[in-house]
Amino acid sequence: MPIQQTVPLRRNRLVRLISRGLRRPELGALGATVFTFGFFAVTAGDSGLFSALGVVNFLHVSAQLGILAAAVALLMIGGEFDLSIGSMIGFAGITIGIAVVQFGLPIWLSVLIAFAFAMVIGATNGLLVARTGLPSFIVTLASYFVLRGLSLSVTRALTGRTQIPYITKNTTESDIVWLFGGKFGSGVFSWLGQAGWIATRPDGVPLVQGLPMSIAWWLVLTAAVTWLLVKTEFGNWIFAVGGDEQAARNVGVPVTRVKVLLFVGASCAATLFATIQVLETGSADTLRGTQKEFEAVIATVIGGTLLTGGYGSAIGAMLGSLIFGTVAMGIFYTGIDSDYFMVFLGLMVLVAVLVNNYVRRKALEAR
Amino acid sequence: MRETFTPPVVTPLIELSHVSRRFGSMSALEDISVAINPGEVHCLLGDNGAGKSTLIKVLSGVHQPSDGEVRIDGVPTILRSPRQALDCGIATVFQDLAMVPLMSIVRNFFLGREPVKGRFIARRIDMRKAEAIVLNEMAQMGINVRDPQQPVGTLSGGERQCVAIARAVYHGARVLILDEPTSALGVHQASIVLRYIARARARGIAVIFITHNIHHAYPIGDVFTLLNRGRVHGTFRKAEISESEVLEMMAGGRDLERLRHELATISINEAPERDSGSQSAASTLR
Repeated sequence: MPIQQTVPLRRNRLVRLISRGLRRPELGALGATVFTFGFFAVTAGDSGLFSALGVVNFLHVSAQLGILAAAVALLMIGGEFDLSIGSMIGFAGITIGIAVVQFGLPIWLSVLIAFAFAMVIGATNGLLVARTGLPSFIVTLASYFVLRGLSLSVTRALTGRTQIPYITKNTTESDIVWLFGGKFGSGVFSWLGQAGWIATRPDGVPLVQGLPMSIAWWLVLTAAVTWLLVKTEFGNWIFAVGGDEQAARNVGVPVTRVKVLLFVGASCAATLFATIQVLETGSADTLRGTQKEFEAVIATVIGGTLLTGGYGSAIGAMLGSLIFGTVAMGIFYTGIDSDYFMVFLGLMVLVAVLVNNYVRRKALEAR
Repeated sequence: MRETFTPPVVTPLIELSHVSRRFGSMSALEDISVAINPGEVHCLLGDNGAGKSTLIKVLSGVHQPSDGEVRIDGVPTILRSPRQALDCGIATVFQDLAMVPLMSIVRNFFLGREPVKGRFIARRIDMRKAEAIVLNEMAQMGINVRDPQQPVGTLSGGERQCVAIARAVYHGARVLILDEPTSALGVHQASIVLRYIARARARGIAVIFITHNIHHAYPIGDVFTLLNRGRVHGTFRKAEISESEVLEMMAGGRDLERLRHELATISINEAPERDSGSQSAASTLR
């Protein structure tokens, strides 16, 4: 008997593992990622997209978006939406710029001030949504305009312009500039250059001298968000609040607190994005971050997160951002008219949503 | 066994004394007094609009009484939130079950009370322990869970109900309020749930069973309280009242009798026409 039993038991475990795997939200995104890379390997294989420089380029785009998408994924799994993160990027950028250039504050303090603002703004969004019961779409549409308008008016009133250049010029705080806007892994790249694995300049210095720090932030943030979602109580509450708010409330989940924290997280991710951008370029612009709110949603949805909440993953959002960056750069490298990028993007979102809905239906089918 | 009904000497776990609840000028509950004892299934019966749902919400801390007193273990208490009620050991399984269909059985089971291990940044849900508890609890009820990680949405109605009840019992419910637990279920599924209610009672839990279906309530119930238009119509122990008497006393009882009468006359009057019409009616139905 025992011998006979082992076979079905093992098969049972295998079936269980497979069905668990099929229920993963990022499954579709994984397929789409493979497809995207395959597509550009064929169409743009020798154009330089997959050279060291090309890879760093599309990873750079992906990483910046991925930082937003990680927080937006959490927010969307929690059943909410934030239209204001694009404006928040502009607002946080000029906050840092004005604090450094206009008031002569150190960069580290200016960044902290920007994050403090972000927390207040995120908490305001969250409290308004949770307390009034209004759709977050409307509440954050309001803050989308208010923040962008404030950025413009305050910057123009204080500086007479809408851009703030020379933020990192003559700075003594090279550590903090490196932390957000620097590069890492330069040792590996110079070794790769010496070994002849990647292209170098005539003097032996590789064309790519390191990876932007945004990539490190992207990976760390995605890992942290994944841990939060899958392993912690708070993650459990996020799924519950997005899946069935009333049910969550009835079993004692602090719904308001969860939502407020998710909005704070989204604003802080926008501020991290802004900090990276400001310290990479050394300038701030009131119009930065335009359309990022939609791009982040696109990446998240491609990554398998449901627009209706309660289902999704940060790994998926990371893959969605990777697809976004690869396609954006890939179209440039293949020489396709880049105006078609948006057409492609729109269609991809449509397909992703259809696939997601199908997957969810399958996941809930009684077996 | 019990020849004459003597008032129990045990302190009721929860007791309502002259409780009223008004919404504006509308009175949903009027002068309600009931006592719920441990190890008893107390059925609250009444038609739609009799005040059953308002009564549940008062018991579970969603609404507070406008008048009167709630006593828990004999101590006057004001339940301000469902959370506070839970802390007092009063767990409500609402009709919607408070389950998230897309989340797994384990995650639903421990939602809001996750077992954790580790500290600070390594603090996390103890998933292995949680799975073991779920499998054990469900097995005790005679339900074999295939995979504790499967979404609740894939379970049948009766299984879902059982998970919800098992969750409440596991988390230390002393008073278990079940809102229409069997009304959406077929006979087989309902019997699974009723059997489980009997097991909960055997553990000494006080069960409040809200239903309008006397056929489900009578076999399991020990005490029956009839509600009508927000008032208590009477409280009876099982020995004092028969199933048909309960049915009679429920608001629907008389109406049902009248309806039966009416239906009988309709079918007699329309009998001659039925032959010609039945063929087409049958095909339309198909």
